[in-house]
Amino acid sequence: MQYLLMIYRNEAELAKMDPAARQKMSAEYGTFTQSIIQSGHFKAGDGLQPTTTATTVRVRDGKTLTTDGPFAETREQLGGYYLVEAKDLDTALGIAARIPGARDGSIEVRPVMIYK
Amino acid sequence: MTQGEIEKIFRDEAGRALATLIRLVGDFDLAEDVLQEAFAVALARWPNEDPPVNPRAWLVNVGRNRAIDRIRRQIAFRGKLGELTHELLQNASVSDEVADAGVFDDDMLRLIFTCCHPSFAPDVQVALTLRTVCGLSTAQVARAFLASEEAMGQRLVRAKQKIRLAGIAYEVPEREALEPRLRGVLAVIYLVFTEGYAATSGEDLMRPDLAREAIRLARLLDALMPGRREIKGLLALMLLHDARRAGRETAGGDIVLLEEQDRSLWDRKQIAEGLLLVEDALRLPGPPQSYAVQAAIAALHARAPNYKDTDWPQIAGLYEVLLRISPSPVVELNRAAAVSMVDGPARALDLIDALQARGGLNGYELLPAVRADLLRRLGRHDAAREAYLAATAATKLEPLRRLYARRMAEIGN
Repeated sequence: MQYLLMIYRNEAELAKMDPAARQKMSAEYGTFTQSIIQSGHFKAGDGLQPTTTATTVRVRDGKTLTTDGPFAETREQLGGYYLVEAKDLDTALGIAARIPGARDGSIEVRPVMIYK
Repeated sequence: MTQGEIEKIFRDEAGRALATLIRLVGDFDLAEDVLQEAFAVALARWPNEDPPVNPRAWLVNVGRNRAIDRIRRQIAFRGKLGELTHELLQNASVSDEVADAGVFDDDMLRLIFTCCHPSFAPDVQVALTLRTVCGLSTAQVARAFLASEEAMGQRLVRAKQKIRLAGIAYEVPEREALEPRLRGVLAVIYLVFTEGYAATSGEDLMRPDLAREAIRLARLLDALMPGRREIKGLLALMLLHDARRAGRETAGGDIVLLEEQDRSLWDRKQIAEGLLLVEDALRLPGPPQSYAVQAAIAALHARAPNYKDTDWPQIAGLYEVLLRISPSPVVELNRAAAVSMVDGPARALDLIDALQARGGLNGYELLPAVRADLLRRLGRHDAAREAYLAATAATKLEPLRRLYARRMAEIGN
């Protein structure tokens, strides 16, 4: 099965991080990503620019409405994702728990829909 | 075989037969459907002929054959005869393995651990366990949650959907994952018990059916995973509490506190079983374990000839151990109540007031009741009455409200 691991964390807190901590975090992400590439779980993964760069699009009655920012204001924001292949939910949860962002933010684990 | 005997077999075998069918057919809903069909076949046949030697294996085999028929029909209907890929069909010719008791045990554990998966909210874990492991009907589960049958049905459907769509494995967790997952399973069993032993709301103080289910589950788990002190501790704790059931309630449904209970009403046989289990649990190596310590406290109550001549110093000491390994407001309050029997109510009241000042008991509904009792014993009747009024407002349980009213009447106006 494939699972999307969505990394949520507080952008305001992240912005306050000093350069040394930031460097440490990206090194940790590098190590983690390498480890799941090697174990064969990795399908895709990216970090995202902050929600200040987001634009939300809706189409209503044929008209396109564009708004500045994310769809909903929340305490934690989506900051990146991994798409992984795992044999079951427990395996996916185990991988999610090893994402560096799980220690200060949270990881939402969602099974990817299969079309028959 | 009578209708009643057949129904008893269904009740006893439903959980295990379902557990094995789920593994064989790979789908909760299909397994439930075909087990119902197997029950219907049994109801039609068993009264007139000799019932099978192993009814569980019989039910599983009939259920499995029904599932195979269904899958074959679906494939034929869709015109995809070439697509005989379903695992069940590939295994259809595999020799009959299900007569082996060990296979049933493994499947039952799989079912328990799946229903208590931490990816479900605690109340969903309880509902799923009652429905599938204990074999309660959706209506019975709904009653346990004071929910409508329709709402409960939907929650169960969503939960079973999640098992399938989210890929929750049908297996017992291994190695380091086992301990935390077992803790989760025991928490579910204890939740079922406490709701049965002291309902949180409604007319009835106790719902013995739920308490019995919890004890049945813990017995089963103890048999399936022998030598685990947390399981023995929990089973002992529940047996010892439940043994006092007949003394806890008057015929009119009023609550009788421990200090006023007629101890001759306690179930001595169940107490003896509980005491043996506590000793087993305490003898097994390892650091103190919460359920075992709570069971040891219950054992001291069960052994005591009366309330006054209970080993209160040891009980207070055990609550201190409990406070170290699993601190909670309930434990703090219970310790204070034990201290009141050793050092007097004034000392206990100090403890509670200090705790309250630290904000440790905010919103805890039994707090005013414990304070009221201590104040009453200190002869501070005005303050006691005020605390009883607060206790009355804090509970949703009618028998408790009546108890507080009785106490207020006793201390007079």
